[in-house]
Amino acid sequence: MVPIPSPRKDSNASPLGWLTRSSSNWLPPLLGTGGFLLLWQLFSMSGVIALPAPSSLFTEERTRTLIFYPFYDRGGLDKGLFWQTLASLSRVAQGYTLAALVGIAVGITIGLKPTINRAFDPLFQFLRMVAPLAWVPIALVLFQKNQPAAIFVIFITAIWPILINTAEGVRQIPQDYRNVALVLQMSSRRFFTKVLIPSALPYIFTGLRISIGLAWLAIIAAEIVMPGTLGIGFFIWDAYQQNYVGEIVLGVIWIGAIGLVLDRLMAALQNYISPGK
Amino acid sequence: MTLASSKDAAVLAGQPNTTSPFLHFRDLGKVYPTPKGPYSVLENVNLEVNAGEFICVIGHSGCGKSTLLNMVSGFAMPSSGEVLLHGVPIKKPGPDRMVVFQGYALLPWMTAYENVVLAIDSVKPNLSQQQRRDIAMEHLEMVGLTAAANKCITQISGGMKQRVAIARALAIRPEVLILDEPFGALDAITKAELQEELLKIWNTQKCTVLMITHDIDEALFLADRLVMMTNGPAAGIGEVMAIDFPRPRNREDIMEDPRYYELRNRALDFLYNRFAHDDT
Repeated sequence: MVPIPSPRKDSNASPLGWLTRSSSNWLPPLLGTGGFLLLWQLFSMSGVIALPAPSSLFTEERTRTLIFYPFYDRGGLDKGLFWQTLASLSRVAQGYTLAALVGIAVGITIGLKPTINRAFDPLFQFLRMVAPLAWVPIALVLFQKNQPAAIFVIFITAIWPILINTAEGVRQIPQDYRNVALVLQMSSRRFFTKVLIPSALPYIFTGLRISIGLAWLAIIAAEIVMPGTLGIGFFIWDAYQQNYVGEIVLGVIWIGAIGLVLDRLMAALQNYISPGK
Repeated sequence: MTLASSKDAAVLAGQPNTTSPFLHFRDLGKVYPTPKGPYSVLENVNLEVNAGEFICVIGHSGCGKSTLLNMVSGFAMPSSGEVLLHGVPIKKPGPDRMVVFQGYALLPWMTAYENVVLAIDSVKPNLSQQQRRDIAMEHLEMVGLTAAANKCITQISGGMKQRVAIARALAIRPEVLILDEPFGALDAITKAELQEELLKIWNTQKCTVLMITHDIDEALFLADRLVMMTNGPAAGIGEVMAIDFPRPRNREDIMEDPRYYELRNRALDFLYNRFAHDDT
């Protein structure tokens, strides 16, 4: 006879019971990640790869300090990862906000006007294929200064998904809704706030969510052009030039973690504003 | 309802122009361009509708019923002839000719109440906020949705959505109410309920109704006149049948009336013998 998993009250209440029943949720990711780290450790220790082993992040003095003291501040660029990240995040926030504003505005325009869309679509499709690193020299020539150039690189990397998704969202407004607006002779302003924005919102958020990841990805490219400034991107670049391989690995893991958190935050916001999508 | 009495109704309703009919389809034709050359949907449609009349339009699929009504709402323009309202050709959509759309066309991110208020806000911006609120609630009450007023559109059934759509349409007090198969997707009980509610509201508001239907019994219960369309291409009005049961109508009384079966058979004969759909 097949045992039927009966939801018994006591096993429901105990945390251990919950942990056992939800094991299919947490066990595979744990095994996958653990296995990966174990393999990495073995390969490093046997000398197959030159990368330091994950355990060395804790045994090595430099990286251990960075892991355990994210808030230290010894002046200049010698600061903890928290401060490095904060500097990078504020840079990303500026470029990303700019990308969101311009992307949504331009996206709505080309979504509403097919002629303008036809005029610029080839250009947009071309520009969005240019890698963040390729924008660096262009940005430097364009702005001459490091700070605006870095923000421009983030902006130009992040704008395309926002722009293209917003335009698609506007194009996808059902004809029925447009007809309602027509028969009621709604003012453009009312159409914009009551029909267009709510209808396109799920698409806009899809764009915003893709872009927050891209903006964060562009941070290394952006900060390479800013030698001597605080930031996680330059931190990695600096570590590479001074051959602190452990710091590079730590920096990359740190960047990945922050990117994951940003993506989750955006997903939560998306779910909060337009649930069910 | 006789012709004379509905003309009286037009005068009572204070129509400005007594010499021209309220709504006039004059030599109306519609041709759609297709890759295989022009396709004529409607040809030579002539009809006069009095103010306050309830007109049902019936015909097989593809006979241009929706096209005909789209030229009243202003979503389509005639290729030849014209549709005149108070003697003035219809050029574009407007709130004097409100539509109850086939797919309800309610905004799903709003509540039932918000959908109705949005229509009132757009059409009658000069009313006070309290007045707009009252009108919205009054019309939601008419369709029995007072309790569900603050429910989101995504949470309510198809029948309730159709009720909201009707409340929204009537709340802006249109001269002409256009309904494109409003009850097609509903179950029989909801359908009967909604037909009765529509009649009740129409009795109090006396707007002119143009309604597409596929259901002969529905048309016989609701309409003053039934417009029967011939088959496309180049469809036209085959016959206009007056349905002069006294109002207010009661479904049982009508069905006991011997004329009911006479009219029903005439409509059936038109649709299934004289203009049978050649779907072979």
